[in-house]
Amino acid sequence: MAWHERLLAIDRRVLYALIFLAVLIPSLLPIGLPIKVTPEVQRVYDRIDSLRPGEILMLPLEYDPSTAAELEPMALAILRHAFSKNLRVLGLCLSSTGVTLVESEIAAVAREYGKEYGKDYVYLGYQPYPAVVILTMGENFRTPFPLDYYGTPLDSLPMMRGVRNYNDVALVFTVNATSGIDFWIIYGQGRYKFPFGLGSAAVMATNYYQYVQSGQLFGIISGLRGAAEYEILVGKGNVARKGMDVQSVAHALIIAFIVLGNVAYIVERRRARRAAAAG
Amino acid sequence: MKRELPRIITLVTGIYLALQYFIPHRASAKVYETLNDWLIVIGIFAIVLGILGLARMHIGKVQQRDPNWPYSLTLLVGLFGMIALGFGGQGLGTPFVRAYFSVLNPIQATMFAMLAFYIASAAYRAFRARTALATILLVSAVIVMVGRVPLGELLWPKFQLGSLTVPGAAEISDWMLNVPNLAAKRAIYIGLGLGGAATALKVVLGIEAPHLRG
Repeated sequence: MAWHERLLAIDRRVLYALIFLAVLIPSLLPIGLPIKVTPEVQRVYDRIDSLRPGEILMLPLEYDPSTAAELEPMALAILRHAFSKNLRVLGLCLSSTGVTLVESEIAAVAREYGKEYGKDYVYLGYQPYPAVVILTMGENFRTPFPLDYYGTPLDSLPMMRGVRNYNDVALVFTVNATSGIDFWIIYGQGRYKFPFGLGSAAVMATNYYQYVQSGQLFGIISGLRGAAEYEILVGKGNVARKGMDVQSVAHALIIAFIVLGNVAYIVERRRARRAAAAG
Repeated sequence: MKRELPRIITLVTGIYLALQYFIPHRASAKVYETLNDWLIVIGIFAIVLGILGLARMHIGKVQQRDPNWPYSLTLLVGLFGMIALGFGGQGLGTPFVRAYFSVLNPIQATMFAMLAFYIASAAYRAFRARTALATILLVSAVIVMVGRVPLGELLWPKFQLGSLTVPGAAEISDWMLNVPNLAAKRAIYIGLGLGGAATALKVVLGIEAPHLRG
């Protein structure tokens, strides 16, 4: 069997083993590759950093365990930034399978900074039909959320007194891996014109760069790379930074697979053509 | 009348909601708020109907010992089990949250993590430069993959060649995302927007009435 035929016939379990090692080794032995901060992420950081203590940052965190590896470090970095600046955080999750995960994350970071529930942060939780919820919150947060996640009426929470709708929050930043991003842009920002930023999974981010150029998004954080950059800016947390080592090696291996697969394919195609021409 | 009345309601509501967007008056906002409340109430009824329909279908499969009935039973146990646990509260440390973190969390994370293996296998076996267009796609994908990770920036940085700055992988990747990608996305989204507006207009005017079918 020629070398290219051996390459084409390689067992897929070998590929699986290689990708497993490419993820495992840098996880155990971090390389510490340097990460540069991109202008998009810097813009998000500067915008949140410019808020005054006590202002409300609305954080719809909409992802579930399937995308948490990519988006949880991002959410944690933004929460740390917000609490370290003494911003008040209004959290919610319009993804039914993520609502519990998000609650635990907000509570954990709030504990880290000694923040008090109801005074420094509020978690609204989940309501079905994100488009409708986003629209109705534009009139009054109490329409879709008369009670918070724990069943407390919003008016009995000190932070929510006098906070009626988007006009009363400084900006909205969503960390999102759902189709809800479109709802936030169309029904939320499009209609109520609040300053809006997005953090999304890398695979989804390409769909939303256009809204940065049009000014509908003030910035975008894309995937684990963006989360790693935000961790650097905040100066705390290293989950995403470690993850970038893993992602770098995995990307390099996948590129090697693409190149090897194509070299073998091209050699085989030429051989087949020559054989056909020879009769 | 059975068909005309829903069409009239659609026409009036559709025109009102389109006009309401441009009427910044308290009364108009109040009507809009009420309509949104109705939408939530209707939605909640739809969820109840959905759960009942789903349960009925899978109970039937279990009763008739359908070839895949154990899957239906798993679904029913998961559905009603989580609802039952939910009555015990949903704060940290409750049985509902423990079930979430012990069952759903690892299942979803595992399912998504397995994608890495399929992508690796597909990259090797299926991502082929068969045609000129496939080659462009392949080269673009490789550049973006290199440009989006620190290792790529390290191996392929931008450099000066006399007075010329030769871009690195990160710069080329950014340009591809911000120029050709954006141009294509905008065209697609403008097309989608116009198509959506045309379809909405057809529904409002009663030319198409998918909500009246079955």
